[in-house]
Amino acid sequence: MEVSSAEAALSVSASSIRITDVTQDGDVLTFALTSQKLDSSAGVCVFRIYEDFDWLQQSLFSQENLPGLQGIIFPPLPSKALPSQSNTQTKALKQLGFLALGQDWQSYCKALEFYLQQVAAHPTLCKCKALDSFLFNSESPGKQRGRKGIFNRLSQAVEEMRKESHKDVDNFFQNERNKNTNLAALSKVATEKLLDVVMTEQKLALACGHFSTSLHLCVNQDDASAVAFSKVCLKLSDVIEAVKRNLEKVASNNLSTLGLGLDLESRYQEAEKEMLFRRTCKLIELETVKKGTEKAKANKREVLEAFQKAVEKEFNLISSVAKQEIERFHSSHVNVLKNFLIGWCEVQLNTAKEFAELYSQHLEACRNMYSE
Amino acid sequence: ISSSSNGPKAEPMLLDHDPDDLFAEATEEVSLDSPERQMILSDGPSPAITPVTINPRADVFDLSFVSHENRDTFDIQISVSDPEKVGDGMNAYMAYKVTTKTSLSIFSRDEVCVKRRFSDFLGLHSKLASKYMHIGYIVPPAPEKSIVGQRLGRRSSAVTELDPDAKACLCCRYLLRTVKQPALLKDPDVLQFLESSELPRAVSTQALSGAGILRMVNKAADAVNKMTIKMNESDAWFEEKQQQFENLDVQLRKLHASVESLVFHRKELSVNTASFAKSAAMLGNSEDHTALSRALSQLAEVEEKIDQLHQDQACADFYLISELLGDYVRLITAVKGVFDQRMKTWAKCQDAQVMLQRKREAEAKLQHANKPDKLQQAKDEIREWEGKVQQGERDFEQISKNIRREVGRFEKDRVKDFRVVIIKYLESLVHTQQQLIKYWEAFLPEAKAIA
Repeated sequence: MEVSSAEAALSVSASSIRITDVTQDGDVLTFALTSQKLDSSAGVCVFRIYEDFDWLQQSLFSQENLPGLQGIIFPPLPSKALPSQSNTQTKALKQLGFLALGQDWQSYCKALEFYLQQVAAHPTLCKCKALDSFLFNSESPGKQRGRKGIFNRLSQAVEEMRKESHKDVDNFFQNERNKNTNLAALSKVATEKLLDVVMTEQKLALACGHFSTSLHLCVNQDDASAVAFSKVCLKLSDVIEAVKRNLEKVASNNLSTLGLGLDLESRYQEAEKEMLFRRTCKLIELETVKKGTEKAKANKREVLEAFQKAVEKEFNLISSVAKQEIERFHSSHVNVLKNFLIGWCEVQLNTAKEFAELYSQHLEACRNMYSE
Repeated sequence: ISSSSNGPKAEPMLLDHDPDDLFAEATEEVSLDSPERQMILSDGPSPAITPVTINPRADVFDLSFVSHENRDTFDIQISVSDPEKVGDGMNAYMAYKVTTKTSLSIFSRDEVCVKRRFSDFLGLHSKLASKYMHIGYIVPPAPEKSIVGQRLGRRSSAVTELDPDAKACLCCRYLLRTVKQPALLKDPDVLQFLESSELPRAVSTQALSGAGILRMVNKAADAVNKMTIKMNESDAWFEEKQQQFENLDVQLRKLHASVESLVFHRKELSVNTASFAKSAAMLGNSEDHTALSRALSQLAEVEEKIDQLHQDQACADFYLISELLGDYVRLITAVKGVFDQRMKTWAKCQDAQVMLQRKREAEAKLQHANKPDKLQQAKDEIREWEGKVQQGERDFEQISKNIRREVGRFEKDRVKDFRVVIIKYLESLVHTQQQLIKYWEAFLPEAKAIA
């Protein structure tokens, strides 16, 4: 992802941003974060907790004097992870989906990493001072509980639903809204279905483990035939153990590539949805103002017309920013998915090769042993 | 041989001589004498029962074995196929085609094909059990719908009621186990079952179905328990073996429950994979970008193919491992049955001795009573019971000998069967991975082509 900015001195190399470590202390996860400024070869390492990320996001939302801010598709921040014991896996899954799985919060860290990279790569957002503080201040900036941004998460109130389906004045945007609604729903479903697959793979691996252990317990040295039978059981136990490792690897591959990718895609579609909704709300506001102006009595009309002009200007700005954002989003989402698909395919191919080799070795060994 | 291309490839198993066969030199006297029987009964290596194909979509379950025994080679191939419903309503039943291909001379033809219904199999088993169990032969258990007896683990079996294909496979394995037992192969009932086009309807199949066997075993066990004199086990071998079989029974049931869980989850994985494939396809259809849309559709196709692999693997899990374990759980019941029969035989012998003693005492009393005809009767009765005692002792010796030999055979077969299954299972695993490699290698350029 390229970074292009006039203020190079303040800019960070997006691709250099890494979350290198995570530690857990009770309920709190602390992330170790390294990044590099564009004009420097030295990396900077800082420690952040989730509240810091949230502060960054809110800061981005609440930037002032940024025309058409509402037309920006903000990179989606994953929900807060709650690692406490009382949180069952089902709760965690519901909340975080794929990001809850995997060892040691690897997926979750990756998702946070992507978030920062996308913010740093965004032509407008990368200029935000908050990003700089976030990445380079040794002091955690989140200590200041900033005011909540003007944008809240898209609520599900009936009121909002009605607004969401408000007819657009622009075909381009109407199309985009329709497509986005569709894609957001479909990618969410695909993500959930893949999650089901991964969970089942893990369950199957567990069942293999149990079977393998049971076989191992069948060892009996009473007499020659018992010994022979025990050997066979142990062999089968080894084979099933290999099958278990195979499944675990396949599940982890799915999780760390395609799962992560679909999760990101799904959340990004939601982010676009939120942007489009903000614009639609502005449109409704504009139309309401227009109606008000038309009905106004002569003495109030001038004021209202001035106000209407202002709203219209805002709306047009938002729309033009939105158009750019949409185009940018379309090309980057293709690229992102492409990379995930390639990564997924490569890692599954390697696993298949690895285990084809392993099973063949076992087969060869058995054939030799048993033909004696 | 199955013509399906989806299941793993398989070759018929060739087995070799077993120079360490402990009973190679044992010569048996069997109560049913026939010189041919003697030759067949002498032990050689016995072949393993193994499914050659595991694809239930194939019409033919071809289970075959080839064995080299002494100087004679005998081979026999049995397949049970084409389950079809006959009749309707209350009287409907499933009929199977049983095909026997053999070069053995005891069969009248090289290849014969007959139609049998499930109760025919049970009927055959009941006849064989009544003929051979009490002299110590481990008669292969009847093809049962479910595992008789207690089920370990909370999960109720996903496969208690078998589908027609699995049942056909079960019946086939039953027949193969039966014919590879030398004594049973020559039995007229077995030959009739395999060869004659019409079979008298087995009416009392309830008598010795698996549940029936269990009842018989339980009755014998009850008889054993009711014995006031505990059997003096002069032979520690029997005691040890019985204990081993008890342990093995427990272990096998546990293993079987474990595998059923595996099969269940594998099927679940198949369902979920198919569901994901659909959702990926829908995503692909809605995507504007051509190359991405194409890649997503390819992804969906790959996942569909993987689903198919999961289904095939579930079959392997089931037919190779699960059914093998199930077979052996049922076999152990038959083994335990023969041990109990031996106890029963011993009890009978004991009873005869007690009776003989009483008759002698009675005769002694009559010696001094001067009743010549009663005395004669008493002497006759003594002779009669002496005969019975001798017969009882012979029977007991015979059944003990037979059991020893049968157990040896069982233990060898067990190792062979499991070995063959491991190899087949590994073959299926290798095959699956190779298919996966193909799919991924085909998909990679599609993913890279997204511009």
